Amino acid sequence: MTAIPLRPPRRLVDLTLDGEPVRAPEGSTLLDACRAAGKDIPTLCQGDTLTPKNACRVCVVEVEGARTLAPACSRRVEQGMEVRTDTERARHSRKVVLELLASSTDLATTPRAAEWIEKYGAEPDRFGADAARVAEEPKVDNDLYVRDYDKCILCYKCVDACGEQWQNTFAIAVAGRGFDARISTEHDAPLTDSACVYCGNCIEVCPTGALSFKTEFDMRAAGTWDEAAQTETTTVCAYCGVGCNLTLHVQDNEIVKVTSPHDNPVTHGNLCIKGRFGYQHVQNHAQNRD
Amino acid sequence: MDLRFGDSKPTDEERAAVDALLGPPESAWEGADDRTDTDLRWARGGREARERRDLLLPGLHALNDRVGWISEGGLDYLCRRLTVPPAEGYGVATFYAMFAVKPRPATVVHVCTDLACAARGSAQVCAELERDVGPAGSAGSGAVWQPSPCLGLCERAPAALAIRAGEAPRAAVVAPATAEAVADAASAPHEAAAEPPAVAAVHQAGADGLVLLRRVGVVDPGSLDDYRAHGGYAALRRAFALGPAGVIREVTESGLVGRGGAAFPTGRKWSATAQQPDQPHYLVCNADESEPGTFKDRVLMEGDPYALVEAMTVAGYATGAHRGYLYLRGEYPRALRRLRTAIDRARARGFLGEDVMGQGFAFDIEIRRGAGAYICGEETAIFNSIEGRRGEPRSKPPFPVEKGLFGKPTAVNNVETLVNVLPILIEGAQAYARTGTGTSTGTKLFCVSGTVARPGVYELPFGATLRELLELAGPPETLRAVLLGGAAGGFVRPDELDVPLTFEGTRAAGTTLGSGVVLVLDEGVELPRILLRIAEFFRDESCGQCVPCRVGTVRQEEALHRLKDRTGAAAAGDIALLREVGQAMRDASICGLGQTAWNAVESAIDRLGAFK
Ligand code: SF4
Ligand code: SF4
Ligand code: SF4
Ligand code: FES
Repeated sequence: MTAIPLRPPRRLVDLTLDGEPVRAPEGSTLLDACRAAGKDIPTLCQGDTLTPKNACRVCVVEVEGARTLAPACSRRVEQGMEVRTDTERARHSRKVVLELLASSTDLATTPRAAEWIEKYGAEPDRFGADAARVAEEPKVDNDLYVRDYDKCILCYKCVDACGEQWQNTFAIAVAGRGFDARISTEHDAPLTDSACVYCGNCIEVCPTGALSFKTEFDMRAAGTWDEAAQTETTTVCAYCGVGCNLTLHVQDNEIVKVTSPHDNPVTHGNLCIKGRFGYQHVQNHAQNRD
Repeated sequence: MDLRFGDSKPTDEERAAVDALLGPPESAWEGADDRTDTDLRWARGGREARERRDLLLPGLHALNDRVGWISEGGLDYLCRRLTVPPAEGYGVATFYAMFAVKPRPATVVHVCTDLACAARGSAQVCAELERDVGPAGSAGSGAVWQPSPCLGLCERAPAALAIRAGEAPRAAVVAPATAEAVADAASAPHEAAAEPPAVAAVHQAGADGLVLLRRVGVVDPGSLDDYRAHGGYAALRRAFALGPAGVIREVTESGLVGRGGAAFPTGRKWSATAQQPDQPHYLVCNADESEPGTFKDRVLMEGDPYALVEAMTVAGYATGAHRGYLYLRGEYPRALRRLRTAIDRARARGFLGEDVMGQGFAFDIEIRRGAGAYICGEETAIFNSIEGRRGEPRSKPPFPVEKGLFGKPTAVNNVETLVNVLPILIEGAQAYARTGTGTSTGTKLFCVSGTVARPGVYELPFGATLRELLELAGPPETLRAVLLGGAAGGFVRPDELDVPLTFEGTRAAGTTLGSGVVLVLDEGVELPRILLRIAEFFRDESCGQCVPCRVGTVRQEEALHRLKDRTGAAAAGDIALLREVGQAMRDASICGLGQTAWNAVESAIDRLGAFK
């Protein structure tokens, strides 16, 4: 019999959320507590497999007694905390943050962005037509994936996934400062000259579609990308003995991209180049060969 | 960690610059040219190799000082030596304003265009340079000039700083600057006229009642013996007699609060650090004063460098730290020279090192030079900067006293705060606390600049009024406003000059003392331009980590551009926009930079009726 190590039981902490008393395990975040209580707090830079960077600030909530708002994604619960998730102040900051983001970057492929913009009454256009934008051209320098930093909100997730949190390859980092900060390879080189190993784990965590499969990028450009028509099948990678789970996204009987389930206790959504991109052989049907 | 380096090779010069800092490479794994037999059998790497990452910033300085910019080959070699992924090395190099990753001439002249210099004619200097030398950023005859944020030379505004790279790098300060003097300094930085002594900024020199400035101009800043002859090291001796807990008790009872702007009780910070079980503890002296209009720490460090060395030793002793990092802003060449000398001499004489004053206490100080980033004055950004990462603030909690530099308990104090500890120990807490008011004890340094007759550093007991301070400095005939607390502070009107200069008094008056900036503007000033400059400053200095600040400061600057020549109803829309963005920056930014970026503009609108 395999022994399953039990974690020491976690103490429960009492706090109030919007006036309602709740209990949350010690060490959990306000966001965990909110979600457990069924509250929908918007998040962009928070990721389920990464340590939050709390850089986007759309998840801010009001903590009684604090001078500033707190990022729910990373602030830990404390005994006796009084938290308000939907105050005027919190809503205001979320609205402005969404406006600032949408006025400077392209959120067209960011899931739920449009919904939140509507919900919080954000009007990104009010900064005028001359408002500075990130204004980057897509970087298409290899056949596997495209970096379209015009859509990048600088959430640092790809940097963390490529670096110390998962892949340990450190091919990308933030370069520059302030509004000119960009995700970049060393010396701003093309991906093919960088340390990138094409595991695609950065694509897996990118919340905006700034990083995408070349297949998806091309199909979107051609207007043939149709998520509604896609099916997803989770299977096991056949290349090596690790046996990672792959989720194949299939449209018109063609694999259009590969993701991996985040709740897999071994891989947490990470793959290697073969599992992520080496799917052509599957669809190497006789009719496709010539 | 996968480490992949490209094909670019360092030049001999670059290699020499890096090796001068790190020593020659020990093996091909570290970048030596030839593989030895052992290299084929033993890989070097792992934790030990990675633990030198904090030498990245000094390494970037070494390259930049030698060549004037940082090439691919040079950066890759440095990264290989330190086991730093080159993408991260590039990210760090591009974070700092004083470094370039594109070729540029060996001489770079930074011409300050910030508030105090703007009030004293920097625009004209720039215009003349443009005419005579060429536009900013374009290289002519081995030198390039560029506009710069505050150089901390506000009392001699307008100011410029010429830096020439080479085997013996040179830095020359030109202040007050004319286009001609700047051009001369650019072509021959080593021949530039000597700077006036630090005491030239202290008009009260020799007056009674000076506590922090009392030795400036009196003591020879290069001589340890002279320092001792003027009371030096009596405080440390007393500290050893009191023991660490006794020192913390005195500091707590003195009521000393931090002078860097946050006004946090120093005794509490020290005792919280001292009590942490995690070891080692660190001390960081924040000497990165980059708030536009601040130069008091520079005058202290240039005029009385041993005082800071002694105060840091006391702080290390009290908090249980055996290593102190002095994080000095990169734009202070003379302070750097003097502190280096002071630290070396103190070490040679047993006032630093393994056994300080024969008391069995080990303490040493390392200077770390910043490289042009205002944000690195934020207490957690300093840690990242020292550790060889981008100078981005960390979110708090955890606070530095628990997890600071290298993840260890750390006390961070500003220069002025530390120097206050000396009189506290010498006179005793009670005597110290008799000066000032109940909650603001002691004296305070003020940096008076702008349109006054005698700009400089002034020391006054807390509770003196702004009017009294201005009288000392020679106020302009027609006063328009005073910016208190710097770019992150607030404006005060001419009818409010009786505000007492205390933390509580300025707060009650809706402004702040901040780090002690008192920028005086006369009627001739164009307020909208000053506001635009403040906005520009924050836009340039935002680290870029969080959205409210990264984009908010840009939107703020854009709105102020539009408002430049608008008033009344035509301005209302943009003012409303500013308020909304400002509120979100204040509420939702990660650090103080974003949280305060709208303070001064807001106070100009509300209190001075800007754009009315
Ligand atoms: S590319 Fe994507 S994952 Fe990376 S910082 Fe930008 S938005 Fe985040
Ligand atoms: S994704 Fe890579 S590591 Fe995982 S099973 Fe497939 S080949 Fe092996
Ligand atoms: S407030 Fe500004 S400077 Fe501070 S962390 Fe955010 S972006 Fe960086
Ligand atoms: S989701 Fe919390 S700050 Fe981005």
